[in-house]
Amino acid sequence: MAGELTAAWAVAWMRDAAGVLARQREELIELDRAIGDGDHGENMDRGFQAVVAGLDASAASPKEVLSSAGRTLISTVGGAAGPLYGTALMRAGQAAKERIDADNLVAVLSAALEGVQARGKAQVGDKTMVDAWSPAVEAARQANEGGATPLDVLRAAASAAEQGAEATVGMVARKGRASYLGERSVGHQDPGATSTAHILQSAAKAAAA
Amino acid sequence: MKKLINDPAQVVSDALDGFATAHADLVKVNRRPDYVVRADAPVAGKVALVSGGGSGHEPLHIGYVGRGMLDAAVPGPVFTSPTPDPILAAAKAVDSGAGVLFIVKNYTGDVLNFETAAELAQLDGIDARTVLVDDDVAVQDSTFTAGRRGVAGAVLLEKIVGAAAERGDSLDACQALGERVNARMRSMGVALTACTVPHVGRPSFELADDEIEIGVGLHGEPGRRRAKLAGAAELAAELVGPVLDDLAAPAGTPVLMLVNGMGGTPQSELYIICQEARRLVEAAGLQLARSLVGDYATALEMQGCSVTVLLLDDETADLWDAPVATPALRRGL
Repeated sequence: MAGELTAAWAVAWMRDAAGVLARQREELIELDRAIGDGDHGENMDRGFQAVVAGLDASAASPKEVLSSAGRTLISTVGGAAGPLYGTALMRAGQAAKERIDADNLVAVLSAALEGVQARGKAQVGDKTMVDAWSPAVEAARQANEGGATPLDVLRAAASAAEQGAEATVGMVARKGRASYLGERSVGHQDPGATSTAHILQSAAKAAAA
Repeated sequence: MKKLINDPAQVVSDALDGFATAHADLVKVNRRPDYVVRADAPVAGKVALVSGGGSGHEPLHIGYVGRGMLDAAVPGPVFTSPTPDPILAAAKAVDSGAGVLFIVKNYTGDVLNFETAAELAQLDGIDARTVLVDDDVAVQDSTFTAGRRGVAGAVLLEKIVGAAAERGDSLDACQALGERVNARMRSMGVALTACTVPHVGRPSFELADDEIEIGVGLHGEPGRRRAKLAGAAELAAELVGPVLDDLAAPAGTPVLMLVNGMGGTPQSELYIICQEARRLVEAAGLQLARSLVGDYATALEMQGCSVTVLLLDDETADLWDAPVATPALRRGL
């Protein structure tokens, strides 16, 4: 089928994500300084540079690429983001077929969300990366039901993730370090939801290339 | 940013090398993965205590590695938990077969990474358990947050459980003692200034000249509220009041009090707070049996302090008094 995603897509996705996170390092640091401890930009940049350094361009399947990227994030990022993104990518890899069609893509994104929730125990509305992942999965599901291509499923997911990240501005944090601010966390966009939106944008960009 | 560093990215690494030079008689420092073990590790038949967390809180935790306290400590990047790999490597380096007890401050990143390391250790046949430290009373509504944070009380817990492990207590006993100590201590902190993470280069938060943050965690991150700077007596009451309210201890209970500097506070100011805090503790009917004053769990160069009160009994008082030989806490050895 046309538009199916392969290992080459997964490699391109990780490369693009590393580039975006390096460029957005300062933005993420600023967001995290406001309601966390300011380490998110640095940690994500360091983690994805390590992912790129460890990429196997000859990998046969998306599963190999994503699982290996997940393991790298767990072993390099530290903080909460390492285990959360690492688990997300490892679970996504487990769910991925050799060639990812739109149906499988929904399963891959759902698996990533489940991984994040299994580790972090956050719910929708807690002002975390779940608030970007969850609408992304829902948008992907709807796009797929409407017969979209994998590229369009990813575009829908990325756009929903971005809106989800923006919506965290109005939320009171209930998980992670920002939760200690309580009401004072309102008015700030969650850095984890923001990096999730960037990473899903990269997934769509890699599929369009 | 003014700091005595070569390269912001190399701060933890360069400091570890210096730490190894300064304390070669007490500890061994392993590089890549980075962890610190006591010089005679692994100690046959002894339960191994392993702690760790983000760097920038020195002497927490690497300064407490040595006889009578921790067997290993794993320093992460500044204010960021170490990943599971070095934690697992440290556990393997100190396990003598009697089991490993992880002492983990309740911060989301630390919990996730130590949890993963404990799972991996179990797979490798190491009996790995965890004691969570969550002594910070500034966090009131634990249901709607990630829960109370682990702060300076970790020092007291590491000393007391360390002494128990040293005398040969089992893993079960050490774990139970750790939980008991954690349940009987509370802390509360205040920040007068922010601190600057080297690779960020700017202060972690903004405080006006006359503003303080009451209820800060170990990174200066907010807890309860911003307030105007007040005198030491008033500030001590802001810290000790919530701690004693939460402990609700019967009159006459002996206590250990830690007045902890956050890195940028002169000793003299800590002693002023100590004296004010003592009045409050005694006014509440408690007996100040032991005290410790100084920089024991810091947030880089932050000005501020925390007060921890631990309710003692005969056993924990004896364990507190037991000999210890670490870079940052040493007596009787």
